[in-house]
Amino acid sequence: MLDRLGLVLLGLVALLWTVPLLWSIAVALRPSDVSVAAGSPWWGGGLTLANVGEAWDRVPFGLYYVNTVIIVFGILAVQLVTITLAGFAFARLRFPGRDLVFLLVLVQILVPLNALIVPNYSTIRQLGLFDTKLAVMIPFFASAFGTFFLRQTFKQVPRELDDAAVIDGAAWWQTLWHVYLPNARSALVAFSVVSVSFHWSDFLWPLIVTNSDKSRPLTVGLQTLTQMGESGAQWPLVMAGTLLVVTPLLVLFLLFQRQFMNSFMRSGIR
Amino acid sequence: MAAFSLYPVLATAWQSLFLQNQAVRVPRFVGLENYLALAQDETFQRVFGNTVLFILGTVPVSVALALALALLLNRELRAVGLLRSAFFYPTVLPMVSAAAIWLFLYQPNFGLVNQAARALGLGGPNWLGDNDLVLPAIMLMAIWKQTGYFMLFYLAGLQNLPGEVFEAAELDGASRWQQLRFITVPLLSATTLFVTTIAAAGSMQLVDQLYVMTQGGPDNASNLLLFHIYETAFRFQNQGHAHAMTVILVALLMVFTVTNFRHAGRRVHYDG
Repeated sequence: MLDRLGLVLLGLVALLWTVPLLWSIAVALRPSDVSVAAGSPWWGGGLTLANVGEAWDRVPFGLYYVNTVIIVFGILAVQLVTITLAGFAFARLRFPGRDLVFLLVLVQILVPLNALIVPNYSTIRQLGLFDTKLAVMIPFFASAFGTFFLRQTFKQVPRELDDAAVIDGAAWWQTLWHVYLPNARSALVAFSVVSVSFHWSDFLWPLIVTNSDKSRPLTVGLQTLTQMGESGAQWPLVMAGTLLVVTPLLVLFLLFQRQFMNSFMRSGIR
Repeated sequence: MAAFSLYPVLATAWQSLFLQNQAVRVPRFVGLENYLALAQDETFQRVFGNTVLFILGTVPVSVALALALALLLNRELRAVGLLRSAFFYPTVLPMVSAAAIWLFLYQPNFGLVNQAARALGLGGPNWLGDNDLVLPAIMLMAIWKQTGYFMLFYLAGLQNLPGEVFEAAELDGASRWQQLRFITVPLLSATTLFVTTIAAAGSMQLVDQLYVMTQGGPDNASNLLLFHIYETAFRFQNQGHAHAMTVILVALLMVFTVTNFRHAGRRVHYDG
């Protein structure tokens, strides 16, 4: 009995937790001629996608979408290659100075890139990459955490499998492809889920290294819209823009809830 | 990799020893003067104080709440999966979008927070425009955003607890509360340390919302270290100070993550 009561109470708190999202959806779909200040804050007498359409026209969301997808998957593609190769090298290859280099990798996990916006901005300027999508991506091409994560995963692959492949005459890259990668599939998926949602959400760095629409992602575009909204109090428009930014992530999350949560848990250090 | 994380740490440490702002044409070596100037600077003191308050106000609350949620949601039921997702989904939202939503929630006239307050017969303050309320308002949002993420680690921790210990305690007549107090919580201490350190390090990087919601205002009442670094470098063009503050931020972050790593090493050792 007490148990059931607890569950109901918990359900109410959970409902409270979802109110921000539900309300933003309700407002985004509200007819824009019915002010949020008038009547019910939840229901404006009808549902419409007009706000979404207007938000799409007001700032170039289409372009921002393309940019975000290029940035996010560009980062991921390069990362998957670099962390696989580096993780494999640290896990199974022997080369002079390996442990020292690995220590350097570990040190880099300690320093989040977020904290280094000022010096990294100078580097981007020196490289002549300012206001390009490459500038947004390049600091993340190698992932210290991903390297560490893959090294741990590869280390769990039984040595015997590796030895067997070598006896069969496989080169190191064949061993990697046929023996190690199939065993690391779930680790790579977990890493990808977190990488994509992390970079989809990134804001401060792209804001700093871009200054035109051609290289800006959705998050920075949404901010432009939010500032317009504040002056004109066009909240339905701003909420529609917000939905445009979060919907892909949210839909993926709702479809693969368990996988998402497992991925985030496994890559706790990001 | 080294180009964007190791090199910049060293470069920024070196640059922090130079006077560089709009008033000087060529950066001049000044030793530790930037740090001394920061120590005297009232804005920096305020921002630093806010950052400490922000950590102390968000980390213990969200970690405790995450533990409570995990304890309640540690069972296999379909409805429970749904509840977990309800608490976790803010983690997936970009901070900028979450901030846009909360900016609206806190809107003084028709924001949902004040509409609810008025329905309950309470006054409706201007949450983000009030010197005393703005930081707690931002903290509340940060707690909402992060708690579900920390809950995951507790859920995993709970899965790994040895069942025999609880059976033994049951036989000895320990109440559920006693089991929780003397077995569950102590056995989860490794998880707690891990979650606390990532929470503290994470909260120092949580600043996107300031850009959207307050710009650090009013009167720097909601300004946090990383946002202040951003505005010092890119709005006030005072590179010397921005570099010195970056060094301070990196040092603070390292303290937390080194604690975390030392503990992680121990945990691996215990597992044999």
